[in-house]
Amino acid sequence: MTNKELELKAEEVRTSIIEMLLEAGSGHSAGSLGMADIMTTLYFEILNINPKKPDWLERDRLVLSCGHICPVLYAAMAHRGFFPLESLKTLRQFGSPLQGHPHNLDLPGVETSSGPLGQGLSQAIGIALAGRLDHAKWQVYAILSDGEHDEGQTWEAILYGAKEKLGNLTVIVDRNNIQIDGLTEEVLPLGSLKDKYQAFGWYVLEIDGHNFNEILSALRHAKAVIDQPVVIIAKTIPGKGVDFMENNFHWHGQAPDAEQAKVALRELRTLRGQILSEHD
Amino acid sequence: MKYLIPLHEGNDEHRSTRDGFGEALIELAKKDEKIVVLTADVAESTRVEEYAKAFSERFFDVGVSEQNLLGVATGLALSGKTPFATAYAVFSPGRNWDQLRLACYSKANIKIVGAHAGLTTGADGATHQALEDLSLTRPIPNLAVVVPADYEQAKKATEAIAQHDGPVYLRLGRENMPVVTTAETPFKLGEAQEIVNGTDVVVFACGIMLAPALKAAEELSGRLNVGVVNVHTLKPLDEKKIVELAKQAGAVVTAEEHQVTGGLGSAIAETLAEHCPVPMKRLGVQDQFGQSGPAQMLLEHYGLTAKAVIGAAEEVVKRKDAGQSS
Repeated sequence: MTNKELELKAEEVRTSIIEMLLEAGSGHSAGSLGMADIMTTLYFEILNINPKKPDWLERDRLVLSCGHICPVLYAAMAHRGFFPLESLKTLRQFGSPLQGHPHNLDLPGVETSSGPLGQGLSQAIGIALAGRLDHAKWQVYAILSDGEHDEGQTWEAILYGAKEKLGNLTVIVDRNNIQIDGLTEEVLPLGSLKDKYQAFGWYVLEIDGHNFNEILSALRHAKAVIDQPVVIIAKTIPGKGVDFMENNFHWHGQAPDAEQAKVALRELRTLRGQILSEHD
Repeated sequence: MKYLIPLHEGNDEHRSTRDGFGEALIELAKKDEKIVVLTADVAESTRVEEYAKAFSERFFDVGVSEQNLLGVATGLALSGKTPFATAYAVFSPGRNWDQLRLACYSKANIKIVGAHAGLTTGADGATHQALEDLSLTRPIPNLAVVVPADYEQAKKATEAIAQHDGPVYLRLGRENMPVVTTAETPFKLGEAQEIVNGTDVVVFACGIMLAPALKAAEELSGRLNVGVVNVHTLKPLDEKKIVELAKQAGAVVTAEEHQVTGGLGSAIAETLAEHCPVPMKRLGVQDQFGQSGPAQMLLEHYGLTAKAVIGAAEEVVKRKDAGQSS
């Protein structure tokens, strides 16, 4: 895909996110929208996967540690063909494979169960160790929120990932600076994640999480580092793409109501007024 | 007194369950390449040091980080490995319960091995004597809970849980304790092991309390016909056999090296309250912390002896004869 095509696909993913959250009546808007560009890039350009064979042994593995932003995972998976787009509207409904937080046994293609924060990196390391034992060619990607760096386990895992020199592991940190109670630097200051990861022995890349050139080149660069785990610290805008949600921590754990969704969808469908919406 | 299954008679061999586990693990790893072992800086005391030497590629020491331990094990399990994650039971599942719960939700095929469980951890004192680990593990869906009675049974349990597809908690002790089962004693996961049939009272025991339960039955024989059942698997609990044997005897004692809340006594009480309430006494630690001391002295202090089993058996029989159920 060209960058322009990726951008358009990401807007479709964002549109799905708003539609899902409206239908569900609850869920996490800001982080989901903020990671749409990266998730779209992963699913449409980077991950070696087969939507028709979600259990394919040679597939790349993606661990979403911050399970609360699963609307973006589900939307990207559906657009990539893992399941029908209509299923997205069952998010958080009784009996749906699209649980409020991801569950590996409910939805083929979801590698782990997540939601309890701070656990995904450890699990991704376990998966990467298994890949190394089997001399597998597949890569492991883990998406972590910045907020879950409050959890001690995340740092246990960062230490351990460096010890094991896991070249088949790429971590993407969603550095959007918000968590439920407010700004990360006010709730529990994280400071420079770059300096911290470097001090812990990781190979660190920093990118603008909405610049497709930077996203693609960082993910390709990361794959080429073979004797060290890589972390890509992606600066993202929470709520990206929906003006009234951007950079507002109140949207961390909120879903839009009908009126808000209408405004958001119009904004997304017209690429912020650049084109006409077919709904007008 | 007649044993229904082969047992050591007059054997005074003393070995620990952790030794049995460590030895079985090496044999397993020779046969099965999927076996991997992780520890949280306690390789020697959880008896995986020999394994680590023999299978260094399949051994992972994560340092003192029990939460990471279980997360890494979960990832390995979700990728087709059979990880045994060892640490002290106080910290694993004590400190990483949420990680364990998530692994079980995913049905990750992990084997969480909690060593140094119970009072017999001894001199290290209360901080290191896990007396609540069974209460922590029993309520988690998909998780099997196994407490081998001795060294020999720990070997068999280790093999059995490796074959079982799903998460398992294996409880181990530090101290060398009497070996009552033999290499010929059968072991089947989930099956309560009736060792002596009893018509007056039945003792359900697990772990190191099997030996004193057998001793108590021996000492009471002639006066009381005491049944002894080794409930090595607390979950899934063999409810059918437990109800059947409780009905037959009409009086029940449970014995465990654990708090009386949440462990074996609770499991049996829950089952019998629903299906056949009979006079019952739960032996175990009575809502207290342990303390430093020699293992045997601690067992005596907290009432985990053959003598205590005898007293409890006599008490429930008396209540049964008086027609009381409380």
